[in-house]
Amino acid sequence: MRDEWKDFVPGKWDREVNVRDFIQRNYHPYDGDESFLAGPTQNTKDLWAQVLDLQKLERERGGVVDMDTKVVSTITSHGPGYLDKNKETIVGFQTDKPFKRSLQPYGGIRMAEKACSDNGYEVDPEISEFFTTHRKTHNAGCFDAYNPEMRACRSSHIITGLPDAYGRGRIIGDYRRVALYGIDRLIEDKEEQKASTGRVMTDDVIRLREEISEQIVALKLMKEMAASYGCDISKPAKNVQEAIQWTYFGYLCSVKEQNGAAMSLGRTSTFLDVYAERDLANGTFTEEQIQEFVDHFIMKLRCVKFARTPEYNSIFAGDPVWVTESLGGVGVDGRHMVSKMSFRYLHTLENLGASPEPNLTVLWSTRLPEGWKKYCAKISITTSSIQYENDDLMRVVHGDDYGIACCVSSMVIGKEMQFFGARANLAKCLLYALNGGVDEVTKKQVGPKYRPVVGDVLDYDDVMGKFMDMMEWQADVYVNTLNIIHYMHDKYCYERAEMALHDKNVKRYFATGIAGLSIVADSLSAIKYAKVEVIRDEDGIITDFKTTGEFPKYGNDDDRVDDIAQEIVHKFMTAVRRHHTYRNGVPTTSILTITSNVTYGKATGNTPDGRRKGQPFAPGANPMHGRDTHGAVASLSSVSKLPFNDAQDGISNTFTIIPGALGKEDKVFAGDIELDLNK
Amino acid sequence: MKGRIHSTESFGSVDGPGIRFVVFVKGCPMRCAYCHNPDTWEATGGTEMTPEELMEMYDRNKSFYTKGGITVTGGEPLMQIDFVTELFALAKKKNVHTCLDTSGIAFNPDNPELMKKFDALMEVTDLVMLDIKHIDPEKHLDLVKQPNTNILKFAAYLDEKNVDMWIRHVVVPGWTDDDKYLYELGYFIGQFKNLKALDALPYHTMGKKKYDELGIPYRLEGVPQMEQKALLEKKQVIINGIKKRREELGMLKKDTASNN
Repeated sequence: MRDEWKDFVPGKWDREVNVRDFIQRNYHPYDGDESFLAGPTQNTKDLWAQVLDLQKLERERGGVVDMDTKVVSTITSHGPGYLDKNKETIVGFQTDKPFKRSLQPYGGIRMAEKACSDNGYEVDPEISEFFTTHRKTHNAGCFDAYNPEMRACRSSHIITGLPDAYGRGRIIGDYRRVALYGIDRLIEDKEEQKASTGRVMTDDVIRLREEISEQIVALKLMKEMAASYGCDISKPAKNVQEAIQWTYFGYLCSVKEQNGAAMSLGRTSTFLDVYAERDLANGTFTEEQIQEFVDHFIMKLRCVKFARTPEYNSIFAGDPVWVTESLGGVGVDGRHMVSKMSFRYLHTLENLGASPEPNLTVLWSTRLPEGWKKYCAKISITTSSIQYENDDLMRVVHGDDYGIACCVSSMVIGKEMQFFGARANLAKCLLYALNGGVDEVTKKQVGPKYRPVVGDVLDYDDVMGKFMDMMEWQADVYVNTLNIIHYMHDKYCYERAEMALHDKNVKRYFATGIAGLSIVADSLSAIKYAKVEVIRDEDGIITDFKTTGEFPKYGNDDDRVDDIAQEIVHKFMTAVRRHHTYRNGVPTTSILTITSNVTYGKATGNTPDGRRKGQPFAPGANPMHGRDTHGAVASLSSVSKLPFNDAQDGISNTFTIIPGALGKEDKVFAGDIELDLNK
Repeated sequence: MKGRIHSTESFGSVDGPGIRFVVFVKGCPMRCAYCHNPDTWEATGGTEMTPEELMEMYDRNKSFYTKGGITVTGGEPLMQIDFVTELFALAKKKNVHTCLDTSGIAFNPDNPELMKKFDALMEVTDLVMLDIKHIDPEKHLDLVKQPNTNILKFAAYLDEKNVDMWIRHVVVPGWTDDDKYLYELGYFIGQFKNLKALDALPYHTMGKKKYDELGIPYRLEGVPQMEQKALLEKKQVIINGIKKRREELGMLKKDTASNN
């Protein structure tokens, strides 16, 4: 065994690239509470004060401190950048200065130009010329291949948020590999992979060979970039500080080259804890030092920035990076995977204060240790900054070394990836079904000229039949559009840094998404259980509805309508599954839009459930606001009935509750009277 | 048998231990000035439901209630005692924790027929949250339009039956916050060994809206909300009363008594 691996339990991992095996043989489940944690050091406080100043400056300047307009961002395009070199224990910024946003034109030059011009900057004309004339972008490729129908769907917003002008993101490199193996070993591995490709030069083999070559270049550049910060990452990390730094360098390379819709980190905490435990045992570092490394690491993650346009920000409600880190969970052998490092990550919310980034996500299981559950609850209450996901559900599909990309997309780290596919507006699809493919807002014929509904009162079977037909069409044009997008993204904006930290044979999820589920479910319920009369405009297009009578609403644990919601998800997924997907991607769908529901609402006319034109959709799989009247459990129950098998890319529910409704405020209630008498 | 149900709440976290399925029944003879559910006063209206139907609703989401159970409140559950007994019996068969949230108003030890019913109900009740509105008979009568004699007897009865009891008391500024009576309340409940907790509830004005909607005059017009800090002080007064009584009865644990 190598020197850097001294004291580690050997296994498959020391002969092949296998981080999971390393973790399983070496990690220490922690059953205690948070009392061991250390507060922020003076250096941490000083550095964080600097970041806060920069954040303030950013707000004062309308959202941007500085932007690159001349240097196209690559792994090695920028020299090192610091907040305060003498105080930082974990280093590295995307550009040569903190808060300076990099120029990333490979996704689309016009988007890059607009991101600059909207913020008062101008991209160097030579660069614009180069990426218009000499080097094609992902965006240009997509529009070369789109057909008129795809363009029409795009502009009428029946399919929205497509990643055809920006980076698709949602790919998580196994950044831990950099720390465990060092770059040289990873290059060796990639060389072997390249040497073992098929001998018949089909399109697939040619593409794979080219991609692996790109990956090897990326690995070499990573070393170079790290060297500029004085770190030699060709070899494995020797201690926890290096392990965190090496892991961060891996991540940093990916955000230097990709302005993706979600640039997630993976599942690093318990991996890094193995190093921390070894260092604590050997006396290499103290708890305070280790917490300082973690604080500085998280601080860096909070400083990841991208150049984006106001339109992009309105789709995503701000300019999120989605640096999602998955914490906890339970292993397939039954041991929970909470370590002291999981606590240290959450503790940054106390040491540095609340923050949406990184998106700390707890993989929840009923079998997590009590101390951890309590600490999570405490931090949730004090900071509102934790996301929870169901590990008991996802472990069955992905095992125990998966992570979350963006908010809910699960994938096995380094072995699976996703083609992000935005989402289909099902509420609009329902209206197209009623109007024979005519858009209710623009009055243009966008969908196929199927027969519109006749008569004044909607009939459930008639509408459902028409809706299913229209949904088939929608899925068809949607999947085909995505096929073009991912083809072009691979071709013109390939994620070489992230893919260098993946296995050779990667499982690709072909993600689609649904928006407006609760509206469609309630609308169909209204048609079925109440009386819905249509109101047509002067062109004979149905633009409004008159609903009389009561109808069951999604969000009340009422099977009459919840069944409809499940059926829609299943039918949509079935329609998607019938299509060819690029690179044999495994089709999935998600019901998760928690930010763009507002934008989608703006583009959608009146719906039979009573929602008015322009009114926002409910986020994700949420019931429509105010319609769930039987309490939180009934509301959650409706959502939890949605079939995970048909929505494997995730189902999200945004849940807000006033603290008083979660139980008695402390001290008011004496659950055990004898305790109280002791006061 | 059917009960007259006002509504159900699938996520009750303040009506007994854990997360609970809460059933609100219709009908209450009390007219508490601060009642925040005046829409449950009338014994008419609502939805008629069987115990089986309610248990089915419970079962659908039972994974949420592993540390909780079912609570019946209202309205006054004891006005539909047969129904509640049947519901709780069904719950106990499934090993579900049962909690009765009551004012105790329907209790009457002089009525042997009724007492049989109470005995049967207590067989299947794990916890009673008894809301004592006021310890003083006259003040009680003024506040809720009913005497408290049988309510206080109900507390003694629960002790005798060894059914766990939580005492609830709503503290209303100017109405139920007099230290004299709070201490007396504590002194009274201090004697019961089945007393497990004290829940002092702050008066809030959120119920007023319902009165306006129902066209019922609101008797506490202008009374301010009970502030958290003051509430804790008031609660301590009750606890002092409990301690005193327990000291006298030798019910306090040794180490606890020495702290006084």
